Amino acid sequence: MSASNFKIAGLTLFVAFMLTIMPLPDWMVEFRPDWVTLVLIYWAMALPTRVGVTIAWVSGLMLDVSHGAILGQHALGLMLVVYIVHLQHQRLRVVSLVQQAIVIFFLLLLKQLIVLWVSGIVGHAPDTWLYFMPTITGALLWPWIYIILRDLRRKFGYRVNY
Amino acid sequence: MQTLFLRGPSATLRMVILILISLALMTIDHRWKHLDAVRNTLSYLLYPVEYLVDLPIRLYYWGEETLSDRQTLLEENRQLREMQLQSRVQLQKLDILEQENERLRKLLSATPKTTEDHLIAEIVAVDVDPYRHFIVLNKGSFDGVYRGQPIIDAHGVMGQVVYVNGMTSTAMLISDVSHAIPVQIDRTGLRSVAFGTGQTDYLDLRHIPHNADIRVGDKLISSGLGQRFPRHYPVAIITKINRNTGETFIGVRAEPLAQIDTSREVLLVWTHGHEKPVPGLEPPAEQTTEPATDATTEAAQADEAAADSAVENAAQAPAADEGIDVSE
Repeated sequence: MSASNFKIAGLTLFVAFMLTIMPLPDWMVEFRPDWVTLVLIYWAMALPTRVGVTIAWVSGLMLDVSHGAILGQHALGLMLVVYIVHLQHQRLRVVSLVQQAIVIFFLLLLKQLIVLWVSGIVGHAPDTWLYFMPTITGALLWPWIYIILRDLRRKFGYRVNY
Repeated sequence: MQTLFLRGPSATLRMVILILISLALMTIDHRWKHLDAVRNTLSYLLYPVEYLVDLPIRLYYWGEETLSDRQTLLEENRQLREMQLQSRVQLQKLDILEQENERLRKLLSATPKTTEDHLIAEIVAVDVDPYRHFIVLNKGSFDGVYRGQPIIDAHGVMGQVVYVNGMTSTAMLISDVSHAIPVQIDRTGLRSVAFGTGQTDYLDLRHIPHNADIRVGDKLISSGLGQRFPRHYPVAIITKINRNTGETFIGVRAEPLAQIDTSREVLLVWTHGHEKPVPGLEPPAEQTTEPATDATTEAAQADEAAADSAVENAAQAPAADEGIDVSE
């Protein structure tokens, strides 16, 4: 457990936030993967002792603020996803990237659904199936995200001995 | 240092607690909107992210200004001079008209028209939720921005501020699904409410009866009835009228005049009852006399206005169907 691991996690999370609010061409916005969730899933898997539900919850609140959503909406979804990863991190680590991507797909779907339900309750749910597009793009991108983050962790952080 | 079952039960416990806090937060935020302090604090954490994302675009504009050659600048200068001259001429006329209006109002001992203060704000180039129509502005409570403040651009009403942070604020555009603005038709004075549709290119006008005098090309101006938007600013132009005799009301679509997609600079308007802070002085204390802050509340108020006008119209034309249902 080292400070530099934690720093690199914070830095990647910062970049994820930047990617989340970065302006994209109109046709692309609906395909934008849920960067913050993906990065947090990775770190919850790699550093389960450091990145847990509390960090996920605070990141979710920040997502709420940046999205202008009601406070707690993304926080709830993100926290539940990270909690599941936290419970299953040892199993997730050993399966192949493709199998991981499938699990990630369902995790992202869970988060999208929670956010959708809350939006529906407060009365402005999106009325297009494109809403679920980030789930698919996120799962498709997962192998690359995993490899990039893993290499970053190996290069700049210390190995964690489990 | 590490135990085998590290924080196993405590993660579950924390999750349960955080779920409860989330539910409480969502309820409080949705029902009473008393979480500005939390939002404000978190927005300071987000500010560097927004700043960095916006930076390349700002650098681009800066570079464009700095590196453009003399000829272009001279040309632009000449055009601006011409435009200024033209506006000045128009303004002269306006000044006289305004004075005349003031005199006439005094004669009628009507309430004097209030003037509004403006401040230019830039839209921070960040994307937010693709299914909501929100923009981030680079002015916040330090500049005296208040919740519910109307924003306009050079062409028309654009939206209103919904969240105010220290250095930035978030505004909802008139095209957002949960937005509604009370309007009236410039030509006839018919009042209605323009609802956002989630599309940037049209708004919906509801509760317009079949006998209403309304045409494609009519200009909609803000009526000021919701007490949120100042009166008589252009809002939209009617583009489509769908008269289906089976329906209780006609379907009217109007295209917003403000350049919702492309504007980079907007004007914040201080309406009556809100003072613009004088630069150099202390920023004003927290606004205490806030009107209802939810767009839906306003929509409800505005709805009543729409219902009124519908009934009024029905009264004007006795041939109209009796008992127009405005409850929807």
